[in-house]
Amino acid sequence: MKNKSLVSITDFSKEEILRIVELAAEFEANPNQKLMDDKVVSSLFFEPSTRTRLSFETAIQRLGGRIIGFTDSSSSSTSKGESLNDTIKMVSNYSDLIVMRHPLEGSARYASEVSDVPVINAGDGANQHPTQTLLDMYSIYKTQGTLDNLNIFLVGDLKYGRTVHSLLMAMSQFNPTFNFISPDSLKMPDEYKLFLDKKGIKYYEHLEFTDIIEEADILYMTRVQRERFSDPIEYEKVKNVYVLRNSMLDNTKDNLRILHPLPRVNEIHTDVDANPKAYYFEQAENGVYARMAIMASILGLK
Amino acid sequence: MTKKELSVRAIKNGTVIDHIPATHLFKVISILGLDKITDQITFGTNLKSKQQGHKAIIKVAKKYFADEDINKIALVAPFAKLNIIEDYQVVEKKVVEIPEQIVGIAKCFNPKCITNNENMTTRFSLVEKSPLALKCQYCEKITNEAHLEVL
Repeated sequence: MKNKSLVSITDFSKEEILRIVELAAEFEANPNQKLMDDKVVSSLFFEPSTRTRLSFETAIQRLGGRIIGFTDSSSSSTSKGESLNDTIKMVSNYSDLIVMRHPLEGSARYASEVSDVPVINAGDGANQHPTQTLLDMYSIYKTQGTLDNLNIFLVGDLKYGRTVHSLLMAMSQFNPTFNFISPDSLKMPDEYKLFLDKKGIKYYEHLEFTDIIEEADILYMTRVQRERFSDPIEYEKVKNVYVLRNSMLDNTKDNLRILHPLPRVNEIHTDVDANPKAYYFEQAENGVYARMAIMASILGLK
Repeated sequence: MTKKELSVRAIKNGTVIDHIPATHLFKVISILGLDKITDQITFGTNLKSKQQGHKAIIKVAKKYFADEDINKIALVAPFAKLNIIEDYQVVEKKVVEIPEQIVGIAKCFNPKCITNNENMTTRFSLVEKSPLALKCQYCEKITNEAHLEVL
């Protein structure tokens, strides 16, 4: 994995995913390891993303690395009209690793081609966000003790939600069963269902958010975003349909854990937060260990 | 021996591009820049074809195409055949083939793709020949025939 960029979750093999998950557990057990004390990381956030940026910066700090960069493009030379090519060429001369968030899709792939140092994609528009997927995988592994043969429920916006698409692709290597719960207008796109058909992976689609979740090992909730709807009436119809309440969890499996990439709006009622099956805040914390694992292995330190 | 009547007059030297889908004739002309050259061009369209219903044919005098240009045609006329003519004789036949990697020819349909915002070369991999589907190497979106724009 050394010197390999992480642009898309499909860049990492099953073995590499497992390696990251195991390394993340190692870092969680022993989070302060100064493996990066001679490393400079460029943190290039061409659009703001507080959660992802702080998670990366925490991971870098815990590993003893130093950070250069910017937190939005108004404080970078992009505002002067510099091309991405030129920014990346310059920055790759300064640092050992680039972490990049950019609003344009495909920007991370392009940066990885232009850069002399590895690039980690911290989100390129609606396209890919592979470190989110790896932290989701780590959260699943940690809570279930395995990644194999799990029953995974994906709920909410399955059409536009890039996190659910990447998670589906990555988990497909571990023989899961998927259940998709979404309004008709936000159903899982055909290309992903075809992908599952080809791999012989079972999936079921539901319009109703009901006691079907009693079979779930993982309940992955997503936000139904207002801006996805051209018709506001349609949004009003579905926005409160896929809300998880504590009372719905009574008969669910003991090992069930509820994940959410955050930020949440109203799709998980706050009365769920105190339930031991709620895992979304721990999930966010796992992001730091997953990113430590990703950076350490890309830099060849582990 | 009875001579077969030609719908489009023969040329002495040059290239005949046959089996162009009739609907794409003018696209092929524009892709190859034939609307800007000064040599003689004859074409026929809505001709009957055993293979594809209605086809078009273009005969370009004194012109021979580079492989790069042929690839461009392949995107809109995947079954086109080129006959290279010298002194009224076919000296070479070429089949156009959509390459597995399409570099610098097609435009990604996604306005939020980096390739439409940065001065750079587009790259696609071929997903499906018919109906045409190209996957952008950058934004990973599929550009299909209906959205295809050739650069």
